[in-house]
Amino acid sequence: MATIHLTKDGFDKAISSGTAMVDFWASWCGPCKMLSPVIEDLAGRYEGRALVGKVNVDDEPELAARFGVMSIPTVLFFKDGKEIDRKVGVMPADSYTAVLDANL
Amino acid sequence: MIYDLAVVGGGPAGLSAAVQARVRGKSVLIVSGDVRDNALYKAQRVDNYLGLPETGGGALLERFRRHAQALGAQWKSGRVLNILPSGGTFYLGIGSDMTQARALVLATGVVRTRKYPGEEAHLGRGVSYCATCDGMLYRGRAVAVVGKSADAPEEANYLQSIGCRVTYVSDRVPEGLEAAIPFVKAAKLEITGEAGVEALRADGRMLPCAGVFILRPAMALADLLPDLALKDGYIAVDRNMATNLPGVFAAGDCTGLPLQVSKAVGEGQVAGHRAAEYLDQL
Repeated sequence: MATIHLTKDGFDKAISSGTAMVDFWASWCGPCKMLSPVIEDLAGRYEGRALVGKVNVDDEPELAARFGVMSIPTVLFFKDGKEIDRKVGVMPADSYTAVLDANL
Repeated sequence: MIYDLAVVGGGPAGLSAAVQARVRGKSVLIVSGDVRDNALYKAQRVDNYLGLPETGGGALLERFRRHAQALGAQWKSGRVLNILPSGGTFYLGIGSDMTQARALVLATGVVRTRKYPGEEAHLGRGVSYCATCDGMLYRGRAVAVVGKSADAPEEANYLQSIGCRVTYVSDRVPEGLEAAIPFVKAAKLEITGEAGVEALRADGRMLPCAGVFILRPAMALADLLPDLALKDGYIAVDRNMATNLPGVFAAGDCTGLPLQVSKAVGEGQVAGHRAAEYLDQL
């Protein structure tokens, strides 16, 4: 399953139940490009178990502001609609899977 | 393109490693911060480098750099923010850009990064290390630039140009800062705020701001490559200048004392050589 691109309209519904991981990124951000293949890989590995989504902060400034994303990439984790963790900057895949696995 | 070798640091150790790897036919990218931050550049006179006594540090560094570039090593200016090993290559985040390489030589020099109170807690919630990465998120808002690197005034000017309201904070007078940007001379800094950054306390004076850009010459080693083993604050290496991570070598001042050009050049030579051998075995 490909990564889901989230917008402000569908965001709350998408994360409302189960575990979700959302990458806030922008096209002009080098570290975001580094993280992109990691996110794609996780989307495949967690298909059916967790939602793996992306938010483009240029297209969705309201979402970035709402969650106080002040540095990109920032990855937010949600459980049943509530934020449970966030990782700022590029991290190895393990640091994301650790949060996902603990909250499936 | 994916380079065979990325060298982090454009000082004598990194340039020596680049020369060795080029001699062995490897494609090499050197990523270097501003030359004015280089320890050798700042040395007025070097008297203990074999065969070249009474040489200015800047002149010596320039000769090293020309040698490496004449052999075909590519040069990229910028600060490496983080390194991510993934799928047999290393991704390097360089400001708002990135590149990939199969092997690494870390030659960052001595990185002095004592963090400010509140820095760690506000990382990603107002504290940023990259103006070109995160500046757009602060348009129309007040930000403080903590200038520790030589090119920090340029980054402050950039932030101002995209619409941030910049205050420049440093313990020394900046060169090249735009006249419209206020400069606050201060040494003791603290980042304050509840959920996000609300102010920078600079020698007791509160500077209200939504963001603080801390621009040092280089990132702390522990932040650059999280699993890298250190010993007494320096990168732990063996006789082959290999670190604990496969494909990652280190050389020069970042591996420990003595902090001398000859030692840096020698270690760079070994690191470049061993990195080339490592690449041959892939």
